[in-house]
Amino acid sequence: MSRQISGRPVLRVSLFITCYNDTLFPNTGKAVVRVLERLGHTVDFPAGQTCCGQMHWNTGYQAEALPLLSRFVEQFRGAEAVVVPSSSCVAMMRDHYPKMAEELADVKLKAEVAELLPNVYEFSEFLTKRLGLEDVGAYYPHRVTYHASCHGLRNLGLGDGPQRLLKAVRGIDLVEIAGLEQCCGFGGTFAVKNAEVSSAMLAEKTTAILNTKAEACTACDNSCLMHIQGALHRQRTGVQTVHLAEILAGDEVGA
Amino acid sequence: MSGTALDPRTAPTFPMAALTAMGDTQLRKNVRHATDVIQAKRARVVNEMPDWQALRESGKQIRQHTMEHLDYYLEEFEKNCTAAGGVVHWARDAAEARQIIVTLVKGLGATEVIKIKSMTTEEIQLNTALEAAGVHAYETDLAELIIQLGHDQPSHIVVPALHKNRQQIREIFKREMNLPELGESPQDLADAARTFLREKFLRVKTGVSGANFLIAETGGVCVVESEGNGRMCLTLPETLITVAGIDKVVPRFADLEVLLQLLPRSATGERMNPYNSVWTGVDVNGDGPKAFHVILMDNARTEILGDLEGRQTLNCIRCGACQNACPVYRQTGGHAYGSVYAGPIGAILTPQLQQMHHSQSLPYASSLCGACYEVCPVKINIPEVLIHLRNKVVKQNGMLNPEALAMRMMGIIFKSEGKFRAAQRLGRMAEAPLVRKDGRGQGWIGWLPGLLGGWTQVRDLQSMPEETFRDWWEKRESSKKQGVPRG
Repeated sequence: MSRQISGRPVLRVSLFITCYNDTLFPNTGKAVVRVLERLGHTVDFPAGQTCCGQMHWNTGYQAEALPLLSRFVEQFRGAEAVVVPSSSCVAMMRDHYPKMAEELADVKLKAEVAELLPNVYEFSEFLTKRLGLEDVGAYYPHRVTYHASCHGLRNLGLGDGPQRLLKAVRGIDLVEIAGLEQCCGFGGTFAVKNAEVSSAMLAEKTTAILNTKAEACTACDNSCLMHIQGALHRQRTGVQTVHLAEILAGDEVGA
Repeated sequence: MSGTALDPRTAPTFPMAALTAMGDTQLRKNVRHATDVIQAKRARVVNEMPDWQALRESGKQIRQHTMEHLDYYLEEFEKNCTAAGGVVHWARDAAEARQIIVTLVKGLGATEVIKIKSMTTEEIQLNTALEAAGVHAYETDLAELIIQLGHDQPSHIVVPALHKNRQQIREIFKREMNLPELGESPQDLADAARTFLREKFLRVKTGVSGANFLIAETGGVCVVESEGNGRMCLTLPETLITVAGIDKVVPRFADLEVLLQLLPRSATGERMNPYNSVWTGVDVNGDGPKAFHVILMDNARTEILGDLEGRQTLNCIRCGACQNACPVYRQTGGHAYGSVYAGPIGAILTPQLQQMHHSQSLPYASSLCGACYEVCPVKINIPEVLIHLRNKVVKQNGMLNPEALAMRMMGIIFKSEGKFRAAQRLGRMAEAPLVRKDGRGQGWIGWLPGLLGGWTQVRDLQSMPEETFRDWWEKRESSKKQGVPRG
């Protein structure tokens, strides 16, 4: 018998933290756990997880990415829902895992991927689409602008889901950024392989952020934010970046 | 930009060329302005179409079907074009195409030709070959005329002089047309070009064109344009020579119903092109040229066709929407791509046209943001092809360079939780000498060595936290077990 929270089933959510969040942004993971548990769901963390393979795949190292597919499936096989606080990693899985399984000519793996993928959600998407929520009971009394990462916007089709979650946060002063659909210039290894162009793209993005007079820029991807924050800090702007989960985890007790 | 033709075989790498281009403030302003204007126009006329996505899908299906049966449709085109009085030539590569055209022109005893804007003739550097054979080619498309008179190179497939503004164009016309008093209004500039070109239209007896579409069913050729100068070149000369890549064929006349909706809206933000010309062979007793030649050129296209993942590149209908939407192109303009095909489509087409012997930096000239795929009227998944080509480049480069070694090491690390944890610890130790604490105790890295140095050119990097997420999670779980059980 499944448990329920005010009429809704309690889900056992398996967290795929992603390699870079695990290493560089543990607070995002903690925030995801806090939000999901506050909503009454349980969270587990398959210990053997590492990386989705995006960096290798997108840079052209297909041979190195392929084994990471089987690893992901082993770790998350049978999960009720897999939540990932990174749109680009989810896009990697949705856009490329079926083809990768095909390439490996592994019929069983292909079937498992097909079964698992519909249960894999980017964090904001899990809240808005799987749980049908907008107000998750958060409090964050700051002026904030939202950066739509390209993978969330185009590959996952998150639409205004993240903004709807933000609008429901108490105390928030949400300001729209100009050029919302414009890439920030991160692009994974692009940021170092084409550092000059990446910097030029970043300059346009930080200008747009500063024009909003926000205290913080948020997004569903710490990868974009790490890049944006890098410049905001280098220029000593005093503007912070913060993952969406960390805003949604804010409450008046913790504030 | 010099008068030297853009040649992928000798072009510098994209990051190097981009650095040069980005130093040109005027160019960057012009490119930003022009792409913003065209994008806004495109958005307006695309958003008014309720069936735009269905149209894109139809466009994709037509192109995909054509590529799957390209041999059949090319032969059908040849048969029908010949029956209508055209002469069809086949060219294996750029050199053969150039040779056929030069021979035809010389055979006519011509010393001049008038040209319709054609990226295919740019691809094969036709003007240089004609010049070497003592034949002067007059570009008649306004933008191509600006490029030619300015001893410049095209930077966009639809708007080749997009990187020039009105004042710069005025300077070129003043100098090259000897018009010291020329004004700078669009009217002044158009008048100057008109006067300059009209005389050529009436005098020159040989026209050279590209093609937007070759219609297999009828043997007809279609060219669309905005100015009407193309129409002049198609109707006034006695001989018309068309050169087209073999990818330009479409099965039926009716396919234009889809493609001529997709193309102008995507390319120039117009509902339809002001001039749509379709001609089939010649009418010896009627109007127009009395001799018509069409050169069907391969130039590596069958190689691309043979690669199942790269093949969709050939579906391109040359609208340039991906260039306007691209945030990389927006910063660099077109010349940085070292090819007449710039922007996202150039980043996938050029290396493949070079059969991966040159332009290996181009597949990396993208943040994979997907804006190109979103606007492509025939749904070419450009990011997917970019990744596919990156894989080819990686295989070419072997595993003994620093990047490949690092990537292989990361691959090994990600295969085991233990190794991953060890790498996280090692990373924290390795970065320690580079970290400086700010006033709040947060560590920052302002300089990184080697490949990672690109990051710290303009960005700081937050140092690694004391505890990874998995460390925190483990501690939490074990304290839960020791404490009061939940539930």
